[in-house]
Amino acid sequence: MAKHETPMLDQLESGPWPSFVSDLKQEAEKRAKNAAGVEFQIPQDAVEDLLGVLELSYKHGRTHWKHGGIVGVFGYGGGVIGRYCDQPQMFPGVAHFHTLRINQPGGKFYTTKYLRELCDLWDFRGSGITNMHGSTGDIIFLGTTTPQLEEIFYELTHKYNQDLGGSGSNLRTPADCIGQARCEYACYDTQALCYDLTNEYQDELHRPAFPYKFKFKFDGCPNCCVASIARSDLSFIGTWKDDIKIDQAAVQAYIGGEIAPNAGAHSGRDWGKFDIQKEVINLCPTGCMAMDGKTLKINNRECTRCMHCINVMPRALHIGDERGVSILAGAKAPILDGAQMGTLIVPFIEVEPPYTKIKEEVIEPIWDWWMEEGKNRERLGELMKRQGLQKLIEVLGVDPDPRMVQEPRSNPYIFWKEDEVPGGWDRDINEFRKYHQR
Amino acid sequence: MAFISSGYNPEKPMEDRITDIGPRKFDEFYPPVIAKNKGKWLYHEYLQPGVLVHVAESGDEVYTVRCGGARLMSTSHIREICEIADKHCGGHVRWTTRNNIEFMVDNKSKVQPLLDDLAGRKFKGGSFKFPVGGTGAGVSNIVHTQGWIHCHTPATDASGPVKAVMDEVFADFQSHRMPAHVRVSLACCLNMCGAVHCSDIAILGYHRKPPMLDHEYLDKMCEIPLAIAACPTAAIKPAKVEINGQKLNSVAVNNERCMFCGNCYTMCPSMPLADTEGDGIVIMAGGKVSNRISAPKFSKVVVAFIPNEAPRWPRTSATIKQIIEAYANDARKYERLGEWAERIGWERFFEKCELDFTHHLIDDFRDPAYYTWRQTSQFKF
Repeated sequence: MAKHETPMLDQLESGPWPSFVSDLKQEAEKRAKNAAGVEFQIPQDAVEDLLGVLELSYKHGRTHWKHGGIVGVFGYGGGVIGRYCDQPQMFPGVAHFHTLRINQPGGKFYTTKYLRELCDLWDFRGSGITNMHGSTGDIIFLGTTTPQLEEIFYELTHKYNQDLGGSGSNLRTPADCIGQARCEYACYDTQALCYDLTNEYQDELHRPAFPYKFKFKFDGCPNCCVASIARSDLSFIGTWKDDIKIDQAAVQAYIGGEIAPNAGAHSGRDWGKFDIQKEVINLCPTGCMAMDGKTLKINNRECTRCMHCINVMPRALHIGDERGVSILAGAKAPILDGAQMGTLIVPFIEVEPPYTKIKEEVIEPIWDWWMEEGKNRERLGELMKRQGLQKLIEVLGVDPDPRMVQEPRSNPYIFWKEDEVPGGWDRDINEFRKYHQR
Repeated sequence: MAFISSGYNPEKPMEDRITDIGPRKFDEFYPPVIAKNKGKWLYHEYLQPGVLVHVAESGDEVYTVRCGGARLMSTSHIREICEIADKHCGGHVRWTTRNNIEFMVDNKSKVQPLLDDLAGRKFKGGSFKFPVGGTGAGVSNIVHTQGWIHCHTPATDASGPVKAVMDEVFADFQSHRMPAHVRVSLACCLNMCGAVHCSDIAILGYHRKPPMLDHEYLDKMCEIPLAIAACPTAAIKPAKVEINGQKLNSVAVNNERCMFCGNCYTMCPSMPLADTEGDGIVIMAGGKVSNRISAPKFSKVVVAFIPNEAPRWPRTSATIKQIIEAYANDARKYERLGEWAERIGWERFFEKCELDFTHHLIDDFRDPAYYTWRQTSQFKF
């Protein structure tokens, strides 16, 4: 018998899509029965009460979670989000229900052994409810009490060699795409770079010293499966400089219909016979492709590496060999001044361990500038807007490049610097008046 | 419920303390076929919706079965995932960025038994535990935020609307009939913990009432200058108020200037915005993050407000279905939703999607607004 009636939530059990309500209920039942004999360190009925408070939110159309609270583990300023219920008398099992962010492994690969260890820990010291995964990428442990925080951290670090992720005004847990682990488009090892930078910047990740949050995300190619260009302060997008590799026989196989275009992604509808002219060449944004008899020609110098042709014919076309990343800066969601997309600041940089150039010539100068000039709760993109792309170029010590803009300015309001103008700005008005009467 | 120590000594927190060790290293968890062929993959193919094969230079193949998952997941469910991964995948499993679960096997003969096993697993309430799909030109899983399950600022729930919408578009999670892939995302407030602002379809929780002022507690709970500075439209100013004969420092809000972003509430718990009638959903459309063919785009507001209709948000899911159907019927192969809207023109978009165009949809927020007005004589009747 359920502790709380949940007539509204019950309506979310029907339909084909996995029901989180059914899942919560099975967890509530499991905890009530406790067949495994777990010595629960937080209320056994936490999930019952979670269902109860959620039902109340469904009834009221409002959340019943209070504004955070300052809880955490000693020496860290992030990784734990304090959460308290605003109806603790009705739902004592979730009165204190804090979140822990657990730094996910790259590519979100797991062994079942490790997942079970995490489950055992979380059944014992928490609610047994998680997010796999949070939006930033962490494993989210959803709901525990304050006394358990240090205990969980101790077990994570001592038994499982596992650290917390970021929260607050610090480096947020970096995230990557599946990359070279299982994708032929990946232009660099996203997981290796993500892991290296995560470890290099543990201090920045755990101890908030920034004006606001800061995100790194690593996309292996311009398809951007982790959406780095839209949501990371520094977005690392794999790219290449040389030629797309062409297997002309495979091109013919696509044309002849032996291989389904776009890896079979359009199999649910009859789109007619594959037409390379219409589906690839005419859709190329730079018009740099053509068929020359039976040979596909690409004018690689004009290619902007949008990935369309490669996506359509993955068995015929392959990314080039001179690989690296483009780095874009300043993406963010709308809070406060509107959403911003990443701006290209480094067209190409090689990605070789130990990544010294990326760290010392890109990341660290940007952080120094942002920490010096950024206002409280100002994202990098907002600082870029306030002080200008020129300022960031100056900080990076690189030459301005037309690749950094969509178009040149259409107003002539240039902030000339004094040293750019011969003779400087100190002039003698009396000398001027000798030639120009008042 | 006796307290059991982990070994941590609160008297000496620094004793044996281990910090700054970071995540577990990715390659500890690779299945053998991945470890062996990393960086040497040749191509991939979708064998059917939800099933991929990747072929390596070595000739090795890895077959991936992708399943939808609610990102809110119990340890019971994760243990079941482990059981499946042990049975079929040598104890390895992974998740995608869009909350899908991927089971990988190294031989084609292992695919069908895995599919059969997954198809038979249902929750008590009847829903699938592991629906296979989410690939290619279909509708993939919705990335989303916490909502009413665990957040303090939401204007809608997250898991509930996601369940309702995915039920509505379920057939397209399991098929490849779309012109291109369709990415749907949900953020339960403007903070957008996720990239909903660049999604084919974004579901966004939004408040419509200015903050209430808990004067009696405001100065005790909040740093008033921070609350004032938090407002992007300078709608908040300091104020003295009298409550029960007591003069208190507080704030005043110019309601006309409020655009309900909730940033003040983030800084000051004494300024809550949440409201049953005020809160609801904004639908945005036409964004993307990929650089394929056209540049990444922001999603545009196409429906200013839909009330929170718990528990199943029927108007939200019907509206999304309507947009997806109009797109599926009219767009060209490879054309993303936003590319389609731009090609046919937004006037046609509203016509084909049968959506009303209201004044709320015209940008009036600062300089960028001007660039969204039409400055040409070219338009469609």
